[in-house]
Amino acid sequence: MMEGYNPYSLAGKTILVTGASSGIGRATAIECSRLGATVVATGRDEARLSETMAALTGKGHVSILADLTKAEDVARLVSELPQIDGFVCNAGITRRRPVSYVKEEELREVFETNTFAAFTLTKAIMKAKKMNRGGSMVFLSSMAARQVTPGNAMYAASKAAVESFARSCAQEYASAQIRANAILAGMVETPLTIKGLLSAEALERDKQHYLLQRYGKPEEIAWTVIFLLSDASKWTTGSSVVIDGGGRVVRDK
Amino acid sequence: MEIKDFIEKFAGQFMDTELSEFTKDTVFHELDEYTSLIALMIISMIDEEYGVTVEPEDMAAAVTIEDLFNTVQRLKAEQ
Repeated sequence: MMEGYNPYSLAGKTILVTGASSGIGRATAIECSRLGATVVATGRDEARLSETMAALTGKGHVSILADLTKAEDVARLVSELPQIDGFVCNAGITRRRPVSYVKEEELREVFETNTFAAFTLTKAIMKAKKMNRGGSMVFLSSMAARQVTPGNAMYAASKAAVESFARSCAQEYASAQIRANAILAGMVETPLTIKGLLSAEALERDKQHYLLQRYGKPEEIAWTVIFLLSDASKWTTGSSVVIDGGGRVVRDK
Repeated sequence: MEIKDFIEKFAGQFMDTELSEFTKDTVFHELDEYTSLIALMIISMIDEEYGVTVEPEDMAAAVTIEDLFNTVQRLKAEQ
């Protein structure tokens, strides 16, 4: 073994993680800190965000409370932000409605959080030149962008937009060697996915439809996020990485 | 709220099932057309028409349409 050799290390990198107060965002912040990154964690919930901060390894991490659907919060976040080597756009919500019952205010809410915030935050960071050359953008899209489930139209469309946006960023920032990639995760056990459409019993049955017969764990997504943030993925940009336990067979009933 | 009205709105979420199939005693989980999407349609209809949120567990627990009607009444009373 070569002592100290680790292209997957985040040592010396400063990484911004949005939606860091729970789920994949929290796991990403924690795993980034374990791999040596200095983490800037942002989220809406003060109490839960400080729980994330308490779980980080190492020193120098910062938390900034912000609601990314508010322009003034995005502006403040970016002005307080140190120079970064990467960001993870993770904040997301879902509202389950069949198309016939979609409510316009819920549609706006979903797109403002999942899609518009990705645009406005990226724009603000790049205009303020807070991203270092060679940096990495990681966008949490979803398998829902490609494989829909009943009642998931709003979430699926908002995440499909995010996957596409990652490719646009890859193209526009390539000249600065800044990379942008999307992650398409299948069902992961987080507060966002567990409540909603299915009863506890139906969730157990649903898991059996996955090749690996279980849902993902937040850290299993975080490890791919880390790969995309690290120098190990230096030649990876404009890609979408599917992590879905081998995929699921769509059945009804 | 009346059960007759509720049954009508319940039936309105289905496209193929004959109207005559829907009574207060219909065991709706056994209807061929009943799927997770129809369940979600019914939950959304109840939210829109009656202003209460039925959980997936409530849908699973209700056997007949009347059971679900009673759940909605209970949720309304608890508001």
